[in-house]
This record gives sequence, C-alpha cells and structure tokens, in this order.
Amino acid sequence: MEKTKLSMYQLYKDMLNTYLDSKSEHALYAAQQFSKEMMEKDMSPEEMVSLHMSVFQEMVPELPEEVVDSFDLLLEVMIGYGLAYREHQSLRDRQRQLESELNVAARMQQALLPEDEIHAPDVDLGVLSVPAGKMSGDYYHYIQDDHGCIGLAVADVIGKGVPAAMCMSMIKYAMDSIPEQRLQPAALLESLNRVVERNIDSNMFITMVYGSYDPRSHRFYYAGAGHEPGFYYSKKTDSFEELTTKGLVLGLSQKVSYKEYVKNVEPGDFFVLLSDGVTECRTEDGFIEREQITDMIRKHIDLPAQEIVNRVYRELEKMQDFELKDDFTLLILRRKV
Amino acid sequence: MQVQTHVDIHSEWGIVAARQAGRKLAREIGFGSVDQARVTTAISELARNIYLYANKGQIYIEEATSSGKRGIRIIATDEGPGIKDIRKVMEDGYTTSGGLGAGLPGVKRLMDEFKIDSELNEGTTISAIKWLR
Repeated sequence: MEKTKLSMYQLYKDMLNTYLDSKSEHALYAAQQFSKEMMEKDMSPEEMVSLHMSVFQEMVPELPEEVVDSFDLLLEVMIGYGLAYREHQSLRDRQRQLESELNVAARMQQALLPEDEIHAPDVDLGVLSVPAGKMSGDYYHYIQDDHGCIGLAVADVIGKGVPAAMCMSMIKYAMDSIPEQRLQPAALLESLNRVVERNIDSNMFITMVYGSYDPRSHRFYYAGAGHEPGFYYSKKTDSFEELTTKGLVLGLSQKVSYKEYVKNVEPGDFFVLLSDGVTECRTEDGFIEREQITDMIRKHIDLPAQEIVNRVYRELEKMQDFELKDDFTLLILRRKV
Repeated sequence: MQVQTHVDIHSEWGIVAARQAGRKLAREIGFGSVDQARVTTAISELARNIYLYANKGQIYIEEATSSGKRGIRIIATDEGPGIKDIRKVMEDGYTTSGGLGAGLPGVKRLMDEFKIDSELNEGTTISAIKWLR
C-alpha cells in the first residue's frame, strides 16, 4: 500500500509538472486515464485532494497561506463525496449479489418445466417460454400417461418478476399432487383453484388453460380459467378458430366450476395455447392484433411445431425491438398427417 | 492517565465544539489531514444524530491504545428514544433524515471500529475507534 502510494505520488507529480509546463491536452488525457486507475485502486476523492495538495506544496514551496488553507475546506467537502462514493460501491456489490441469487432462482425455476420429450407417433409438440426479466410469471406443462394421452397447460400469473415466479412454482407442485385429474381439464382447474385460493395473496391471480389429448379417440378436451384464448386450426377448412373458454381466474373465489369443451381432431389439425405476452406484444403501432399471430403461424404452417413457435417468437421479438415487455409462452400441439 | 474530552450536545454549538475537540486530539495523536477530516466528520454525524433524535446527549473523545496501536475513540451517548431496527439503520441507502448526511453506515466507514448499543425508550450508545496507521 505504501509503495503504491509512493508511486501514485510520483506519477501525479510528473503529470502535474508536464501539465504546468505545456498546458497540453495530452497531459489532461493522461489525468483522465489516471483517474480510472485511482478508482480501480479504491482511492477516495478526499485522498485525491490531499494527494494534489501535497504534490503541489512540494512543487511550489512558497504557496500563499490562503491557498494552503483553502484546501482544508475542499477536503472537508470531499469527505461527503467520498462517503457517497463508498456507499455506491457497496450498493453495487449488493446488486451483484442479488443478481447472482436471482440467476440461481431462475435456474431453479427453469428446472420446474418439463424436460422429457413427448413420444407419440402421431403427435407433434412445440413449446417456447421466454421471461421478460430473469424470472417468469408464465408456466407451461405437458405430460404423457401410459396410454399415450397428453395433458398440457399454459398458465400466467398476473404480475411479473420474483413474486409471480414464486407463485408459479406453487402451481407446479399443486399439479403434481393431483395426478388423477390430468386428463380432466375442468376438474383439474377446480382443484387447482382451491389450492391457489387458499395459498396466495388476494391481490394475485393466475389464469390458466388446460387441455388433454387422447390419441386413441383423437379428441381434445380443454377448459380455461380466465386465460387468453388459444386457437384451433382445422386443416380441412384451412381456418383458425378461437378457443374461447368460460371460467373465473384461479384464486378469486373458493368454489368455482369450469366448463369443459371437446374437439374432434383431424389429421393436420393443431391447437395453439399462449400467454398474453404473445398477444399483448406492443410495437410502435400499438398492440398487435390476434390475427397477426395466426398470420405468422400460417406463414410457417408446413414446419414442425417447434420450428413454428421459434419463428413466431423471433418475429415478435424483432417487432418489439428485442425488448420483451411481458413473459412470452407459446405452445402448439398438432395431430400429424 | 488518559485525557478524555467531554462535550454536551444540546445545540448546534455543541456539534461544533465536539468537532473542534476531536480535530485537536486527532492532530495531537498524529493523524494526517485526511484522517483528521474523517474523524471530525464522524463526530459531526454522531453529534447531529443526538441533536436531531434525542435532543441532548454527550460526546466523549479520548485516546485509544491497544497492543502497541494508537488511535482515537469517540463515544456518543444519549437517553433518547433508542433505535427500533438497528439492522435497518445500518443499511446503505437508508437514512431517516431524508438521505442527507452520511448516516451510521457512513460513520462506520469513516472509522475502523464501530459498536452500537440501543434500547427502546432508554437511549443509544455508539463507540467508534480510528487507529493510527
């Protein structure tokens, strides 16, 4: 420390000498570089002032008393700046620590999502979920039982960030605890609603859509709890239909019943489940229309489901100048031709 | 026998007197001008806290020694309302007087050792030391 102080002293003295001789921009540039180095070495403003004064006094021994004394005042003022500077450093360290904690939490959250692929000869599934921040208030889920039946869900906590993410993990555990209802969307939502109502804050809500596909009968059952409507695409008529559902958001009221819907699925037909981060994507010209989403899907309709969701995401990302305002989740399930 | 200076704090005059006494002793002990200013700022903040939150109290300033080291010790004591959540006031960015001033985290930073003891409705005692390097 003493050694660096000494070399700092010498360095500053040389710099000051050069500047007083030449008044050159070059010397001032050197001073700017020097200040970076000082900050790296945690040199505080008051130490800097004191360094300047001692160097200056050595160079000009006969300084008027007023000049020397005036530095006392400057030094006193700089103590306050020095404290603000240190506080800033410590807050920055704390921010780094929070960020790394958040990264761990985000990885834990990622681990809540299903990992295995669906192995069904006539089913093609694609899903993509991207959080706006580090943590997501969206959740998706899919599962296949021994008969090849597939259950799938997209849920969205009203809210963002850490609170939404904590709420989301509860949905995951709640679903794990009621495996017998995986194929009965309405009953499953009723059970989940009870869990959510009991366990979360009254100002937090979750919307959710749940569907189950039976590959033996080619039927798709679904129910929704206040969730953004998905789409059903019929290959025969080459048209999209809104998957409107009736049902209250989860967590609002203790006893809620949900209506279950069913669709016969022809080869090439598919279902689109999404979160409102997809449809409420905001561009320069305001919110995009739901029709724009189906147009995008249609553009890539011949691609595998995973490719479709990837491309739709990339297009929407670009339209928003790569700044996601809300968590994004898009899921497509198709009966292969 | 150690010299101890004692200043009553019940007005801004007291704050200035405490600063003066602290700077004088710091200089006598051999602190450089930067550290003199740091010790004085710490005294100032402690005295202001007494004045603002407890109305009156005492500042003691004395030389400190420990295994060959020399330094200056400041003790600030009052019989004011006490501090409800010490952890909170020791947090950076939290100052009850509206973000102005260095607050207790600032005092802790200016000094080398810092101890705080506070009982609700009984008062607060803070002791801080700066060692000569």
